[in-house]
Amino acid sequence: MALFSSLSEKLNHVFSKLTKHGRLTELEIKQAMREIRIALLEADVNIVVAKQFINKVSEKAVGQEILKSLSPTQQVIKIVNEELIALMGSTNSKLEVSGSSPTVIMMSGLQGAGKTTLCGKLALYLKKQGKNPLLVGCDIYRPAAIEQLKVVGGNAGVEVFEKGTQDPVKTSEQAIKHAKSYGFDTVIIDTAGRLQIDEDMMQELERVKKAVNPTEILLVIDSMIGQVAVEVADTFNKRLEVTGLVLTKLDGDTRGGATLSAKAVTGKPIKFCSTGEKLGDLEPFYPDRMASRILGMGDVLTLIERAETAISEEQAKKLEKKFRENTFTLEDYLTQFDAIKNMGGIKDLLSMMPGLGGKMNLSNLNIDEKQVGQIKAIILSMTKKERRDPSILNASRKKRIVEGSGTTVQEVNKLLKNFEQTKQMMKQMKNNKMFRF
Amino acid sequence: MGLFGKFKNALNKTKQSFLSKLDDLFKRSIGDDFFDELEELLISSDVSVKTSMEIVENLRDRVKTERLKDKDFVIEIFKEELTNMLLEGGKVEIETPAIIMLVGVNGVGKTTTIGKLANKFIKEGKSVTIAAADTFRAAAADQLSVWADRAKVRIIKHQEGGDPSAVVFDAIASAKAKETDILIIDTAGRLHVKANLMEELKKMDKIIKREYPEANLYKLMVLDATTGQNAFSQVEAFDKDIGINGLVLTKLDGTAKGGFIISLSRELEAPVCFVGTGEKIDDIEDFDAKEFIEGLF
Ligand SMILES: Nc1nc2c(ncn2[C@@H]2O[C@H](COP(=O)(O)OP(=O)(O)O)[C@@H](O)[C@H]2O)c(=O)[nH]1
Ligand SMILES: [Mg+2]
Repeated sequence: MALFSSLSEKLNHVFSKLTKHGRLTELEIKQAMREIRIALLEADVNIVVAKQFINKVSEKAVGQEILKSLSPTQQVIKIVNEELIALMGSTNSKLEVSGSSPTVIMMSGLQGAGKTTLCGKLALYLKKQGKNPLLVGCDIYRPAAIEQLKVVGGNAGVEVFEKGTQDPVKTSEQAIKHAKSYGFDTVIIDTAGRLQIDEDMMQELERVKKAVNPTEILLVIDSMIGQVAVEVADTFNKRLEVTGLVLTKLDGDTRGGATLSAKAVTGKPIKFCSTGEKLGDLEPFYPDRMASRILGMGDVLTLIERAETAISEEQAKKLEKKFRENTFTLEDYLTQFDAIKNMGGIKDLLSMMPGLGGKMNLSNLNIDEKQVGQIKAIILSMTKKERRDPSILNASRKKRIVEGSGTTVQEVNKLLKNFEQTKQMMKQMKNNKMFRF
Repeated sequence: MGLFGKFKNALNKTKQSFLSKLDDLFKRSIGDDFFDELEELLISSDVSVKTSMEIVENLRDRVKTERLKDKDFVIEIFKEELTNMLLEGGKVEIETPAIIMLVGVNGVGKTTTIGKLANKFIKEGKSVTIAAADTFRAAAADQLSVWADRAKVRIIKHQEGGDPSAVVFDAIASAKAKETDILIIDTAGRLHVKANLMEELKKMDKIIKREYPEANLYKLMVLDATTGQNAFSQVEAFDKDIGINGLVLTKLDGTAKGGFIISLSRELEAPVCFVGTGEKIDDIEDFDAKEFIEGLF
């Protein structure tokens, strides 16, 4: 079941006695915040950050009038969601450009965060923008790290400057000279991964920084990182004054709470998200999507955006209109599944669908296909009228559908519930003005 | 340096903050604060929220029913309980002829661990061959070759972009011909949600079993101590697809604790076999549950 529904179910329980009185009381908020806190911790938000966040949100929530259009649960989620979005900042993936060429971008981060791969992605990204980047190999410690950068650079069609295991300070200085002589306008320096408590290695970064005065110092963070994110981000930022954060490996199923931790402790913008091993897998950061991901609401928005490329423009417009007018039907639900099937990468897309993602183990394709098949069979066994208005489904209609689709009543009910949830979520997102195409 | 010297050293770096936190704890009576802070201590070490709440709740009950008053004693029995949880994971002895396959998500330290393991086994007098079945990541085989040189072991590798199963096939043939004690297989990092990559792993698993059924196969999953709650999802998926016999916890020289292994190892019914404590060839230790738990406090 989607994680979103598990949080909202818990909140529903908290608010089950409400409805009569018109305001959210302190006690109820306190109970609700307990659930929110757990959800945040389960998403790897740092425990201290979560505490501060909860305090802030509680203040906002207490005494708020319950809006007619929303249930208390929805309202609390709305406040939490808005606050998360506000905290995580804007969709700003612009890289600063230096007044005097070349612009220097320096990478930093722990071992295995994904810096070298990111170097290649950024190089390609800049190249596509008409820039002429130069990659510089300064990881002189990890075996074959420079080899890796050379392959990545080769794939991106970007030159790689390296001087073997020579001191990174000297290599980066020479790289800048090289860039100036040969007309490279951007220099991307790959550095070795290091622990934030490794004094020698942290000093090395400080020396490189001093030598080449980078315009951008990016801190690369593995989105699967846990509680230690705060300490890591804080130390790197204090030592280097990083200019931005980059999250990697977001194509996994991590809830990514570290994003909030790192952002809260550094205050620096999240400039990019890395979402795959291919060079093109670089995306801007969308705080609204990250918020729903942390809350476990299923990353419906990303799903929709990716679906755009599979669904035709026209279909997408229609779908958008339906969401807006809240006339999204089971037929559309079916179309969505069909589109997903045509998209490839069905796994990660499905993981974002409410009702299929979350806790379900997505590593077994057969189950996914089977589930999708089942959903299709159920919807196809309905009459047109039923598909448009599932509220007319009484016991005898359901019995017919069960027989027609070879499923069970439970499965039919589950589908209807998931569909309702998707609809609700669409509605809520539209209300929150976070729904855009 | 003693057997667990380095391990302890690595954990020592963070001991300070925990001990001072605990000192604060000790000053107070055994009340709600005591348990709350104990719970926070666990959550801060990336023990799962659910497990943290459960085990602290159990402790609370026990303190109440047994009318325990002495805080030192309560902490001691708590540590003991945690250690026992870890021990429920069981034990793995590597028996030759062995095939060890290391799996895990990207960047956790698989290749580095293989270098360290090869060296360790060589020192124990075993013969070792390693197979570069990460044919995907750029220069992965080059990286492993450097480790093969350092540990002075044979390496079987193919072209980048080749079929990893073919590497496994050749490596097994070679290990058999040379009567190698231990064959260690490096695999490409893969996120557990990528079905096609998991299929590739299943295929390798199948080939090993088919080609060398006499060998004892150990599928070790490498986990990075800095990982948070996603560790559970990772292990669940890998275990479901190929079956995991043991865990390796890397990067314990940092400040992250890797507390997730406490419940993970028990649920998986597989032990943590080794821990990584740095980037050098000797930075590997056998795992010791008691030391690990001591290190948290
Ligand atoms: N500090 C520290 N770094 C490690 C440890 N194990 C591996 N690394 C580093 O983590 C990075 C990724 O390691 P690698 O073996 O390439 O990971 P793989 O992608 O899983 O094969 C490299 O920079 C390693 O040097 C460890 O125990 N401690
Ligand atoms: Mg590797």
